[in-house]
Amino acid sequence: MHMMKADVMVDIHARNNHIAEHVHEHLAEHKIFAVNIMGAPGAGKTTTLENLLKHLDVPGYVIEGDIESNIDTERLRKQNIAATQINTFGACHLDAPLVHNAIHALPFDKPGILFIENVGNLVCPAEFSIGEDIKLLQVSVTDGSDKPYKYPLAFEKADIIVLNKIDLLPYVDFDEEFFMKGIRHLNKTAPVFKVSGKTGEGYAEAAAWLKQRAGF
Amino acid sequence: MHEYPVTVQIVDIASETARKNNGRVRRIDLVVGEDSGFIGESIQMYFDVIAEGTLCEGAQLFIEGVKPQLRCEKCGKHFERKRFSFQCPYCGGDGEPTPIGKEFYVKSVELEVEDQ
Repeated sequence: MHMMKADVMVDIHARNNHIAEHVHEHLAEHKIFAVNIMGAPGAGKTTTLENLLKHLDVPGYVIEGDIESNIDTERLRKQNIAATQINTFGACHLDAPLVHNAIHALPFDKPGILFIENVGNLVCPAEFSIGEDIKLLQVSVTDGSDKPYKYPLAFEKADIIVLNKIDLLPYVDFDEEFFMKGIRHLNKTAPVFKVSGKTGEGYAEAAAWLKQRAGF
Repeated sequence: MHEYPVTVQIVDIASETARKNNGRVRRIDLVVGEDSGFIGESIQMYFDVIAEGTLCEGAQLFIEGVKPQLRCEKCGKHFERKRFSFQCPYCGGDGEPTPIGKEFYVKSVELEVEDQ
C-alpha cells in the first residue's frame, strides 16, 4: 500500500458543459437559435418572450423552467405557441441534462427561435450553460437599480438586457444612471432595451435586435 | 440544494481518477472562487453523504477559496472590489471583471494505491 498524488485540474462543470454542447449541436442541426432567459421571479420573463414572439415573424418554441406547476406552459399553449415544461422540484436553475431531456418534446419542424425560460432566480442560472446561443437577462425597475452591484455575474454574462416595467418609473425610486453605470462596468457590449409588458412599448426594438443576432 | 449536484460531480471526478489508478481517494483538493456561485461549507456538508459507498468514502476534502479581483482598465492593476464600487484604489480608474474568483475545479487528489 502506498500513497500517490494525482493532478486532476478538471472543471466541475465539465460534464454539464459537455451535455450543453450536445444540446447546442442538436439545435443547430435544426437551425434553432436558443435564448436562455434569466431573471428574478416576477421580473417579466414570460411576458417578455410572449411580446418578443409577437414581433418576431419567425417560428418560436418555448421551454419553461419552474420549480413546480405548468401555469406558464398552459398560458403559452393557449396562444398556439409550441411549449414544453421542465419542473425542477426544488432545484434553483436549469442545467444541461434537464434541457437535453426537454428538447425532444418540441417538434423543431421549421427553423426558428427557442426561448428557454430559466427558473426565476438572479443567481445560479448564470453559472450553468444549457446549450444556448445567447443569454437574455430580464430585469425590471421594481427590482431596484442596485442589482448589477449585488448580482454581478448575471449582468456580466448577459448578451442582451431587457429592463421591464418602465411604465412604473414615475412611482418607484429607480436610479437609471446608477443602474447603467453598474452594467457598463461589468458588460461593455450587451444592449439594454427599455420595455413595458403593460403597454408593449420597446419590444419591437428588442425583437429587431434579436432577429438580426439570430440571423433571420 | 444548490451544491448537491456539483458535489456529485466532484465525487465522480475523484472516483474516476482513483479507478484509473486502482486506488482509493484519501484527500481531494478543490479550488472554489468566491464568485463561482458555490459555497465551500455547503459542498463540505454534502460530501460525506454523497461519498458514502464510493471510492471517496472517508476522504478528506480541502477547499482553497479565491477572492475575486477586478482589473483596472487604466493602470492594469488587479484589486478587490468594494461594495457598490468598481473604482481602482491605486489610480481611481474603472475596474472590469476578470476570471479570478470564478474558479471551480478539482485540483488534485491523493490516492491510497495497492502495491503491485
